Amino acid sequence: MNEKVDYKISHLKELEAEAIHIIREVAAEFENPVMLYSIGKDSSVMVRLAEKAFAPGKVPFPLMHIDSKWKFKEMIEFRDQYAKEKNWDLIVHHNKEGFNSGIGPFSHGSKVHTDVMKTQALLDGLNKFGFDAAFGGARRDEEKSRAKERIFSFRDKNHQWDPKNQRPELWDIYNTKVHKGESIRVFPISNWTELDVWQYIRLENIPIVPLYFAKERLVIEQDGNLILVDDHRMPKELADTAEKRMVRFRTLGCYPLTGAVESNATSVEDIVEEMMTVKVSERTTRVIDFDQDGSMEQKKREGYF
Amino acid sequence: MLNEATLNIKEFLAQDEKKDLLRLLTAGSVDDGKSTLIGRLLFDSKKLYEDQLDALERDSKRVGNAGEEIDYALLLDGLKAEREQGITIDVAYRYFSTNKRKFIIADTPGHEQYTRNMITGGSTANLAIILVDARTGVITQTKRHTFIASLLGIKHVVLAVNKMDLVGYSEERYMEICKEYAIFAKELNVKNFYTFPLSALKGDNVVDRSKNTSWYKGECLLEFLEKVEISKDRNYDTLRYPVQYVNRPNLDFRGFCGKVSSGLVKKGDVIVALPSGKSSTVTGIHTYDGEVDKAFPPQSVTLTLADEIDISRGDMIVHQANQPVVTQSITAMLVWMDEKPLNKSTQFYLKHANNSTKALITSIRHRVDVNTLETSSVDSLELNAIASVEIHTVQPILVDKYQDLKDSGAFILIDPINHNTIAVGMISEAEAGSKAEFKSEGEVFTVNSNTELEIKTQELIANGRRPIVLIQEELGLSEEQLEKVIGCLSKQEFCVVLLDNLEQN
Repeated sequence: MNEKVDYKISHLKELEAEAIHIIREVAAEFENPVMLYSIGKDSSVMVRLAEKAFAPGKVPFPLMHIDSKWKFKEMIEFRDQYAKEKNWDLIVHHNKEGFNSGIGPFSHGSKVHTDVMKTQALLDGLNKFGFDAAFGGARRDEEKSRAKERIFSFRDKNHQWDPKNQRPELWDIYNTKVHKGESIRVFPISNWTELDVWQYIRLENIPIVPLYFAKERLVIEQDGNLILVDDHRMPKELADTAEKRMVRFRTLGCYPLTGAVESNATSVEDIVEEMMTVKVSERTTRVIDFDQDGSMEQKKREGYF
Repeated sequence: MLNEATLNIKEFLAQDEKKDLLRLLTAGSVDDGKSTLIGRLLFDSKKLYEDQLDALERDSKRVGNAGEEIDYALLLDGLKAEREQGITIDVAYRYFSTNKRKFIIADTPGHEQYTRNMITGGSTANLAIILVDARTGVITQTKRHTFIASLLGIKHVVLAVNKMDLVGYSEERYMEICKEYAIFAKELNVKNFYTFPLSALKGDNVVDRSKNTSWYKGECLLEFLEKVEISKDRNYDTLRYPVQYVNRPNLDFRGFCGKVSSGLVKKGDVIVALPSGKSSTVTGIHTYDGEVDKAFPPQSVTLTLADEIDISRGDMIVHQANQPVVTQSITAMLVWMDEKPLNKSTQFYLKHANNSTKALITSIRHRVDVNTLETSSVDSLELNAIASVEIHTVQPILVDKYQDLKDSGAFILIDPINHNTIAVGMISEAEAGSKAEFKSEGEVFTVNSNTELEIKTQELIANGRRPIVLIQEELGLSEEQLEKVIGCLSKQEFCVVLLDNLEQN
């Protein structure tokens, strides 16, 4: 080699390149892909990566948000504003039947709510538009069963995942073949850690929902979780116990199922500092994971992300 | 991480963003203490979060195999079924980082029936850690793991001699094992390997040098993992840019998206697009963050060219002076990954460098026994079999030898019916320009009865073929005309089944 070039590439640039390659592969190989957008920080990173993959062109597939109708208000505001600003092709889908029969976490518990308003709504949405590939922002470091899932994860006609019968996945050659009705879930940020995501948000100036930052908020304490009083649907006897506390959210979901943490972190730097010193992994603030041992694997088998 | 340095958070982040990534594979059985070693690396590098530890203590009491001590293996064995059986059955990925580097561990099981998983976990690894139990030393399994690491072309191999505490930290025993391993490694052409005397359970020489092995003057395992040089493992000389996606947002922009799989591409370079052979000049290397002057592996970029030449997905952009082989005939080391054994008459999809074509395994040269490395001739391949095979492809493919360039030398085979990934291959020889007489397409079968016709067509369909049936009686063509029709069809992607029942009538 006749010139000296530094070919070292940082882990973030390597992860970014890997994700772009994965996203382009889906756009090239599938007829009708969709990117599932949860409004959370991981989704925000994933959408930025999609924009990177097709620049200077537009992202060639729609985003879809499965609205459980119990998301934080601030999430919905953020979604609508950001989608408009970026001119996204955004589909919002929810389970009308479930909504009309008043399914919710307070009245039906987290299991029924998640099953009807999230898992069922997702499957309905995928079926309605006939998507043959769906991107998700899950990471392998989040949870044990995810650590074993492929980047291109096959789903049968009923959207079921069979952890014991996964397609071998080698190098960066992805098997994208499906029959009609079958589909693939694709996880372009599989190999990112929570710190990688925050670091990337910081470096790329990616906007995120303000709920991630600490602020005085009205919360109640329930089974050790701090739950935000986000609207009038919280039962009065619970809402009456509310008090103002300086809190933020480490993950975002349905407000009655997502606990806040007490924090003074008001910037991405503060958040990382807090993360590195207060070592509580992020899914502990998600109530659903504690339903039963191995519960995430169970949900995944049933079609949940 | 934070407490040991006096960095403030901004300095910490500035340092963190510059770290590179090492992907490593661990191979060994539960008995070798592999999960314990990984748990130790994660635990001692302070990556385990408090609540994961809480959950761990809870789990250990119920199903743990480590008596009173924390069972590190439970941290890793994710899936329910596996936890019940007490063994890891698939590949799990784990993440940790130190002040110097980020790590991804592919944790794969050591049992023979799971060769498939080790191959899967190892395909992207920069480095392999092969564990041996100091009491038993180099065993068949060690050889198998080393063979697979060498087959995958993993550049750095680490022999971790574990459970040193159970042999009284004996230097003699350690040296004996290292010597034995060296002989074997040489046979396999593993040039660089490194050895470490460890006790994962007690923490000796994993992240801290141990007082128990005062005779050992080398570094501990983690120190080594933090500094082993990997950026030079990539090839920066031979440009291979398989076009993944053509980006045409408007009439003025026509970009060829792809990952630089090897070599270096610069603005102004004269390139050749294959298979067309047409040349042009790179006018721009585009990214979301603006144009760049050059791109190298593993970057994903978008190239624009000076001339309007026809390029589509699966084509490859290279430099004139150094081109891949264009061929329909390759020899490869194949690893069979499906429960269903190879059926040689089946036409598979072969996916390689963004390209998919139909292919047929025309011959099995020999099978390699992963335990003894002895070769034997076989008629079929079953799960976990490794063999040298000859393959013919319907369309020409652009290939290199796997040992020279991994990305353009690797492929997967996909079952035409159920779409499983049934085998993976590493190209060892490719005959330039060979236009194999590809018999499978354009093959003509003559049958004499409706029953035979049914059997034949079903067999062909089951093998992913697309038979066209000609019934001579109904066509009423002369022999010459019939030959012409068959000739035309066989040039396309069809095989022909001719029902010739005139004579019987």
